[in-house]
Amino acid sequence: MDLDDQANVSRLAEESGTDDMLVVLGQPDPNSAGLFAETVTRGDPTWAGPLAGVPLGLPVYHILEEEIKESMDPDLYQEHVGLMELSADVDEIVKWVKFYREGGGEA
Amino acid sequence: MDLKGKRIVAIGEREGINGPSLKLLAESAGATVVFSVTQCFV
Amino acid sequence: MIQPAILHTAYALAHAPDFVRYGSKPTRELPANPGLLEEMTAALRPWDEVVAYPPNQVFIGNLSPDELAATPRPWYEHLVPDASPIGPWGRIVTQAALYGLMKLCDDFDLLTITEAVAAEAREELTRFEHRRDRITGVPPEDLAALIGKHDGLTLYHRGEVAGFLRTAHEQDPSLDAHVLFENLACKATAVLAVNDAFDGGPIGPEDVDYLLNTGEEAVGDRYQRGGGSLSKAVGEVVGCLNATGSDIKAFCSAPVHAIISASAMVASGLHKYVVVLGGGSQAKMGMKFRAHLRNGVPVMEDCLASMAFVVGPDDGTGMRVRLDVTGKHPIGAGSSAQHVYQALVVEPLERAGMTMTDVDRYAVEMHNPEITEPGDSGDVPKTNYRTLAAMAVLRGEIERDQMDEFSATHGMPGFSPTQGHIPAGVPFLGHALAAMRRGEMDNAMIVAKGSLFLGRMTQLVDGVSFLVEAPSEPS
Repeated sequence: MDLDDQANVSRLAEESGTDDMLVVLGQPDPNSAGLFAETVTRGDPTWAGPLAGVPLGLPVYHILEEEIKESMDPDLYQEHVGLMELSADVDEIVKWVKFYREGGGEA
Repeated sequence: MDLKGKRIVAIGEREGINGPSLKLLAESAGATVVFSVTQCFV
Repeated sequence: MIQPAILHTAYALAHAPDFVRYGSKPTRELPANPGLLEEMTAALRPWDEVVAYPPNQVFIGNLSPDELAATPRPWYEHLVPDASPIGPWGRIVTQAALYGLMKLCDDFDLLTITEAVAAEAREELTRFEHRRDRITGVPPEDLAALIGKHDGLTLYHRGEVAGFLRTAHEQDPSLDAHVLFENLACKATAVLAVNDAFDGGPIGPEDVDYLLNTGEEAVGDRYQRGGGSLSKAVGEVVGCLNATGSDIKAFCSAPVHAIISASAMVASGLHKYVVVLGGGSQAKMGMKFRAHLRNGVPVMEDCLASMAFVVGPDDGTGMRVRLDVTGKHPIGAGSSAQHVYQALVVEPLERAGMTMTDVDRYAVEMHNPEITEPGDSGDVPKTNYRTLAAMAVLRGEIERDQMDEFSATHGMPGFSPTQGHIPAGVPFLGHALAAMRRGEMDNAMIVAKGSLFLGRMTQLVDGVSFLVEAPSEPS
C-alpha cells in the first residue's frame, strides 16, 4: 500500500481509535486484495511503510463480499460493482481477505 | 452486516473499484467514510 | 473530409541500468538503506538479457504478442535466442548511446560526460550528422573538479562516475539537476524514436507540419512548472524545420488523445502531416525494485521507452483512424469500470453499428505483468480484458463461459515497460499496422486510461479510445 495512505490509516486509528472503524477494499485481483487486507490487519508485509510491524487488526472486507453488499443500495451496487462481480475471481479475492480478517495470518 | 454508524476507510483501485465508488456505496449503507483513496500501480 | 491514417510507427528502448538509481522510488529509498544500492545493482540485467527479453522483443517488433502469449513464464528465463536489438519498427540502444543522445540534445551545456563514454557513444550513434560534434567528453580529472565545484547530479556508467548534470538555477526547484535529468532523458529518447519514424517511412523530417509530444515530464521554470513543451525541442534535433508543435498532457492517456487530435488536424486540412511522440519516463525507472528484490527476480524497470507515430492523409498504406469511432470518458459519466468501458468501447461501437466482437483486437494498458505482479499489483492488461469480456457478457454478445476465449482472441499479454504514457494501448500500433498490411487483421481498438486523481486536483479518471482499420489497399 502507498506509504502516504498507510500513514493516513495509521493516523486515523491513532487519533480516533479503531472502534467502529472498518476497511472496504476494491482491488481487482486476489494478490493485491490480500496485500491490502494483510497491511491493515497484521501490518505492512513489505516492511516499507508506517504500518510495518503495526498490527491494527482492523475488520477488513472486500466490496465483493455478500456481508457488506447486503447493506448497500442494490441499484447503485449493480451500477458500480456488477461488472466486477462477473470479471473478477470473486472466490479467491474473498478467500484471502477473509483469511486476514479472521486472523489467519497470525500463525 | 449493518454498516450504519461505521467509520469507513475505503481503499479502491483504478483497475478495480475506485475510491469514489466505494464511498458512494458505503454511504448508501448509512456509514461515514473517513478516508477514501484510489490506488494506481502503474 | 480528408481520411486520416497512421502511416508509420517507431519505438525505442534505451537500456540504462545506471539511471535506475535516480528513478523516483530508488531516489527516496536508497539513501535511507545502506547496502540497498549494491543489492539493487546486482539484480540489474546485462545488455544481452535486456535485448533477448521476450517483452522487449515484442516492443520493437521482432516477436508478436501471440508468440509472447505462447512463451512460458517467467519470460526473463525464456530469452529469445540470437535476439537482435534492431526490429522492423523499433530498436534497443545502449546506455552509452543514450548519453550521446542526451549530449546532442543538450542545448544549454548542462551535461558533462567523460571522453570514454563520448567515444563509445559516437561509435554507436552513426546518425545525427549535424549534431554529432556535440558528443564530446572531458578527462576524468576535469569531471571530478566540476563535481566538486557545482550543484548537480553525478551520473554513472557501468557503476563508475562518468558524468555530471549541473543544476541550472540554484533557487529554482523546476530547474534542479534531477528535474533536468528527467527532462533531458525524455527529450533524448523521443529524438531517437522520431528520427526512426522517418526511416523507411513515407515522409522526411521537413514534411512534418506539427508535432504533438505526449511525455509526462514537467518542462518549465519556477513560474510555469510543467507548462513548457518538448515538441519543438525534439523536432529541432531531428530536423523538422517546417513544423511547430505543442504538448498534450493527460497522464497515461495522452498518446491516445494526441493521435485523435492529430487525426482531426489531418482530417480538417489544418495540417498534412502530424507526428505524435513520447519520450521515456526516467522517474518510473525502478518503481517496483523493492518488490523485485523481495521476490528474487531481476529489477526489470531498467529501460527508458519512447515512440513516434506519423499521422497523415490515407495513402492506401496506413491504418485509417476512424474519427467517427472514438470514445471519450465524459466528466459526468461516473468512474466505475462499467462507466468507463461503456463510454470508451460500447458507445463508439454502437454509434458505428458494431458489436464488441466485431473488433479483432483491443489494445488496453499494455503494462508487462512480469513487472507488476511481484508487487502484488496484478496483471493490468488481463484485468482489463476480463472487464471487457464481462461487458460483452452483460450485453449478451458472448456466454459467461466464453470470457477466457474472448480475452485470448481479442486481447494479448502486456509487453510494455511501465513507463506511464507509453503503455497506453499504442505499443500495439506497430503490430497492428504490420498485421493489417499482411491482410491478417481488419481493425483494432486502442484504449487508454489516465489517473487524473494522482495530481490531487480531482478524483476523476480519464479515458479515450479510437478504432483503426486496415489499409484501403492491402499490400
